[in-house]
Amino acid sequence: MIDAATPLIPLAVVVPLLWAVLTAVRPQVRAAWLVVPGLLAWCTTAALLWSHVRAQGVTQYALGGWAEPLGIGLRADGLAATLTLVTAVIASACALHRLLSPPAEFADHAARWFWPLFFLLGAALDGVWLAADLFNMYVGLELLGLSAVGLVTVAGTTIALAAALRYLLAALLGSLAYLLGVALLYADYGTLALASLANGFTASTTTLVALALITAGLCLKTALFPLHGWLPPAHGAALPPVSALLSALVVKASFVMLLRIWLGPGVSLLVPAVAQGFGVLGAGAIAWGGWQALRHAELKMLVAHSTVAQLGYLFVAVPLLVDASAAARASAWDGVMLQVVAHALAKSAMFLASGALIAAVASYRVDDLAGVSRHMPLALFAFGLSAVSLMGLPPSGGFSAKWMLLQAALASGQWQWVFVLLGGGLLTAGYVFRVFRASFLQGAEDRFTPTPLGWDVVALALAASAILLGVMAVAPLEVLRIGAPPSVGLLLNGAP
Amino acid sequence: MSPALWYALVGALLVAVAFAAFAAHTHVVRRLLAFNVMGTGSFLILVGLAQHERGPDPVPQALVLTGIVVAVASTALALVVFRRWFAATGRVALPEDDTP
Amino acid sequence: MSAASLPAWVLASSLLPAVLIFLLPESRRRTRTTLNLAAAGLKLVLVAAMSWGVVRNAPHEVRFTMWPGAEFILRGDALACLFAGLSALLWLFTTIYAIGYLEGAPNRSRFFGFFSLCVASTMGIALAGNLLTFLLFYELLTLSTYPLVVHRGTEKALAAGRTYLRYTITGGAALLLGIAVLYSFAGDVEFKETGSLRAVAESQWPLLRVAFGLMIAGLGVKAALVPLHGWLPQAMVAPAPVSALLHAVAVVKAGAFGIVRVVYDVYGIEFARELALLVPLTIAASVTIVWGSLRATQQTDLKRRLAFSTVSQVSYIALGVSLFGPLGTIGGLVHLLHQGIMKVTLFYCAGNYAETLGVHDIRELDGAGRRMPLTSAAFTIGAVGMIGVPPLAGFVSKWYLGLGALEAGHPWVLAVLIASSVLNAAYFLPIVHRLWFRNASAPWPDERSFGRFETSLWFLIPTLATAALTVGAGLFAGMPFSPLQWAMLITRREYLP
Repeated sequence: MIDAATPLIPLAVVVPLLWAVLTAVRPQVRAAWLVVPGLLAWCTTAALLWSHVRAQGVTQYALGGWAEPLGIGLRADGLAATLTLVTAVIASACALHRLLSPPAEFADHAARWFWPLFFLLGAALDGVWLAADLFNMYVGLELLGLSAVGLVTVAGTTIALAAALRYLLAALLGSLAYLLGVALLYADYGTLALASLANGFTASTTTLVALALITAGLCLKTALFPLHGWLPPAHGAALPPVSALLSALVVKASFVMLLRIWLGPGVSLLVPAVAQGFGVLGAGAIAWGGWQALRHAELKMLVAHSTVAQLGYLFVAVPLLVDASAAARASAWDGVMLQVVAHALAKSAMFLASGALIAAVASYRVDDLAGVSRHMPLALFAFGLSAVSLMGLPPSGGFSAKWMLLQAALASGQWQWVFVLLGGGLLTAGYVFRVFRASFLQGAEDRFTPTPLGWDVVALALAASAILLGVMAVAPLEVLRIGAPPSVGLLLNGAP
Repeated sequence: MSPALWYALVGALLVAVAFAAFAAHTHVVRRLLAFNVMGTGSFLILVGLAQHERGPDPVPQALVLTGIVVAVASTALALVVFRRWFAATGRVALPEDDTP
Repeated sequence: MSAASLPAWVLASSLLPAVLIFLLPESRRRTRTTLNLAAAGLKLVLVAAMSWGVVRNAPHEVRFTMWPGAEFILRGDALACLFAGLSALLWLFTTIYAIGYLEGAPNRSRFFGFFSLCVASTMGIALAGNLLTFLLFYELLTLSTYPLVVHRGTEKALAAGRTYLRYTITGGAALLLGIAVLYSFAGDVEFKETGSLRAVAESQWPLLRVAFGLMIAGLGVKAALVPLHGWLPQAMVAPAPVSALLHAVAVVKAGAFGIVRVVYDVYGIEFARELALLVPLTIAASVTIVWGSLRATQQTDLKRRLAFSTVSQVSYIALGVSLFGPLGTIGGLVHLLHQGIMKVTLFYCAGNYAETLGVHDIRELDGAGRRMPLTSAAFTIGAVGMIGVPPLAGFVSKWYLGLGALEAGHPWVLAVLIASSVLNAAYFLPIVHRLWFRNASAPWPDERSFGRFETSLWFLIPTLATAALTVGAGLFAGMPFSPLQWAMLITRREYLP
């Protein structure tokens, strides 16, 4: 059912947008009576959309009945529907964390703008997931960048302001490069809809320059090594729920765009050398991010560097998505999709748990966590569960993803990626166990600040879902395969 | 030489110059200015592309319009954040770039 | 509760208590104790019921698909019941011991929570029906034992924890790679008596050997095969019940059990011999047996001596597995049980000495037999059993291993066994001598009084029970359902007709 005009698709963008407006009318620091219905509506829409796509397949919608090229076309494939659902769930968890925060967290006057920016970010994310053409992706990406920068500044510290400025400069540069690239593509092909571009790019100079600009811009926004410099300070300095959203979802937006462009019309130009190049940068990210996480003194910076490393896995999958047999490509697709979702759940859980731990010991330093295992067992347990997924240890979504990527690498004889995947897991174990080591030390007593129990529960729920994803991956993978690019979908569409 | 090519060449030159300035300067406001010049350059390229024999093409125009709106909004946001940063620290450059 | 889902209930009977115990406030001592003991007892009953299915040749099985091409399988086959039975039995005793040991200590909720999680992982390892499920619980075991090893929170405990992780996580990665390589051309390999890889084309045999090497290396870390054993002596800083768990019930046994599974139920013993995989394993096991014993003789700390003794003794299992022929198999399998019972006795005793008298060093044990006769008697039984004196459990193992060596055509292994027994005697008998035949030369370092008995009853009951089992397993080896008979039942099913 390609043309079923379901209003659920625009609703997934409109609902958070509506609440962005509602909360902006009279900005308040805490507005549970307004926020909670919004979250409920958002989650319901996303869940309905997910089950609709699961039952009906890829669904398209032309906003306002306008056709291309000026109309806004939206398209919900399995990836878009799943990420919309994951976004709604993680955003709700982050919102609950925020609502449960003690009043001291709302001292800064910018805190009033949290909710409008929060919902705007959600609308922008859904916009990127559901966009059917390069221009809508651009609009979504811009809104995303601006609202993300705004949310970083809500923390109010000078460190956060500096990080936000740096983030903004990187984001602006990235989206300008992307815009130029898109314009050049339009000059070559006269359309921006991914569906109309499906015949594939030709290797003209304009197209190559355009692809280079788009790729550079999006890699900068995804913080792919070595363009990752802006990410750790921004993700480290923001409030915990903001860091969680940024690391779990925002960086994935530009990655999904890259994937849609390169595996869609760009797949004929994704020659092995280019694909392997992505893989090498991904391996660099795993090594560098892991190494930095090993030696950073502050907990949130450790977690932020871990994001740099985990994003590397997504790029290591690129050579396996093209430069391999059909079965291996299918396995790599499953792996990279699962990694996107599992990392989103695990990393948001880890940031929320870290926020609770940091608040409890009133220090950012890993070494100051001594004795926290006794005082904050639930938060530490949530941290541990999410770490299991990040390390790629079973049972967890991270493990299943790694297993599928391993299978793809082995089936295509690309042993270099086998060792990168395994080495990355060991490096991750190295830095997360720094935290446990510190927390099991018997430290001084009675210097802990009490934190809301709800914080721990929210983090635990996210972490547990990252674990469950590992043993119950059949249904999510089934949906994620719907509408997969034909280049990887040969075996997927129809095959068991 | 066709007008479209002229637009593209001038636009490319502006982007290149502005990118150099963006990379060279540490003062946040200067970098913002450089970014805006870069934006103007790319809009020139886009508008150049919009000229066809068949008359103006609406899609690049829409791209440019959106791009301008985004540039204005981002510059405004950047200035707000910068003012808070300046008020709090009295510095004009970001800490990592600050080489007194 | 349907009968087919029995394996899931066996797992749940320690997983659910783990969750409940985590949630219990520190102060609810009585509830926690009741929960622990009830769960341990229930598990024994469930495992016994599961074993009945094996006797009727209709093993219970639970399975579901984790993701396309990857099954989660729990199956109570004969081998699974052997290991699950051992763990369930020793868990009961170790729980009793641990309750007494941690009386009044901090962080008991955390301790018993991870303790139950650890046993849940062990049950999962025992019941796993394919390599992926096995890997899942094998890694879970690593994670759930770490908090137990570092439980005391001292610098020394944390350093030991770090060493433990370095070894086990790296070993886990090797195991993962081995399984992934095997999976890449053989698919989801289920455990099956007599193995299931015979159909693999001969061109793939080199890869089969690579996968075997990787898996044995990964399992060898937990089974403490030399030179992968370095973590075990260091992990001695953990509390005594944890040492008992590491050495007898869970960790090293998980490694050894994994080797059994890979050789018999993945490759099949006949096929493994065809691939020439068995002789390297025999050599590795023999080296470990001698090296562990040699190092044990040099230790003066009681627990460290026992640790190196474990290194040596656990490799008897790998040795038996690698000796082609039913007798060697019986020897290896039965030692899986016997080593567990004997070693757990010895560790309980070491804990009793440390907790009652404050004695950690062997040289301080002079005359302890008079102060603590029951503990010392149990220690003597365990030690003599380890040496292999008839009619105790250790003798049965060594007898079958010796016969197996002759049957497999490796008479030099007999020399290894004899050398090891001599060394066993050399490091155990001096301790026994000190216990009974020397007089205490100095006051005990840190003596505590437990009233009417020589030590707390929480300590004494498990110690005496496992000592009695050591005697019983040897004396009644011919009775139905004895470890020996069960090992024979498995062996009959593992060899091609």
